[in-house]
Amino acid sequence: MELLRKWVQGLFFFMTNGYWNFPVTRSIYKGPLKVVCSPGLNCYSCPASTTYCPIGALQQLFAGIRLSIETGQFFMGFYVIGTMGVLGGFVGRMICGWACPFGLFQELLHKIPSPKFGIWPFLRYVKYGLLVFMVILLPLFAIDEFGAGSTWFCKYVCPAGTLEAGIPMLMLRPSLQGNLGWLFLLKLSILIFFIIWAILASRPFCRTACPLGAFYALFSKVKMVKLTLDHARCTHCDACHDVCPMGVRFNESPNDMECISCLACTKACKLNAITLEIGGVPVSGQAKSPKRKSTRA
Amino acid sequence: MKKNIRIEPFVVIILFLILAIIGIGLDEPSQVINQATQICLSCIGID
Repeated sequence: MELLRKWVQGLFFFMTNGYWNFPVTRSIYKGPLKVVCSPGLNCYSCPASTTYCPIGALQQLFAGIRLSIETGQFFMGFYVIGTMGVLGGFVGRMICGWACPFGLFQELLHKIPSPKFGIWPFLRYVKYGLLVFMVILLPLFAIDEFGAGSTWFCKYVCPAGTLEAGIPMLMLRPSLQGNLGWLFLLKLSILIFFIIWAILASRPFCRTACPLGAFYALFSKVKMVKLTLDHARCTHCDACHDVCPMGVRFNESPNDMECISCLACTKACKLNAITLEIGGVPVSGQAKSPKRKSTRA
Repeated sequence: MKKNIRIEPFVVIILFLILAIIGIGLDEPSQVINQATQICLSCIGID
């Protein structure tokens, strides 16, 4: 299953970054596929990107909401939120584990041999703050004299944008290097910080700072494709704790908002207590071994 | 163990699908594609 996941991650990476003519055009893809939502965090200013980033598009729409109303167009972000919600309703944060290019990047970084550390659980809440303030409230309400907001998360935080778009665009268009200032240094520092952190800890950006992951996490209880725990089979051996890349204690919190459904725990659980289900119908992890009574209260 | 089909995911998906359709009705995709086909330099730290 892990091999299948890697293939799916690779497939989504190339599907959402499939414009390989950019070294010739020295620009980004401008075709009709840009109306399609990238399921994962994938900057649409990336030269290879073929789809739009929902977090970037949402901020752009919120930032320009007053101007659109003034011109009678009423662009409120319904299309982007609706698309994100449909994806969230189907698979939720499974996207983080199977379809996000930046998640794949962090997984590869974590394979670099080094001491490995955990992440303080309370840091998970930072990403919800980033979603609320930097993606929604500040673009909506922190406006300039013309009534336009700004893309706060993209502009001041997003390391995916720096990696996928900022650095490549500087290489494609060296003349842009004259525009570099403290903002780029800030973003480069954030990128380097997360790269080093991803080597030392598993998926730090997903766990602490990704507003898209925070949005998808809101669907953890109602999403169609999810993992469920058979309490009758679980012995609380904690095997699922050790393998989870998100630090989820699945047997204690089966609907955890951090779960990215990577299925590592289904393989680790020798008692088949963890099942993948679609809309309530089990599709894998069906019990083959006899049930055991719980050893803990 | 008997498993029942959960309806919550279908309700959520339909609600957001309706939202997306409203967005399409407001011609938001044209605005999205207009934004996504331009390089936002300030968004990527090159201001």
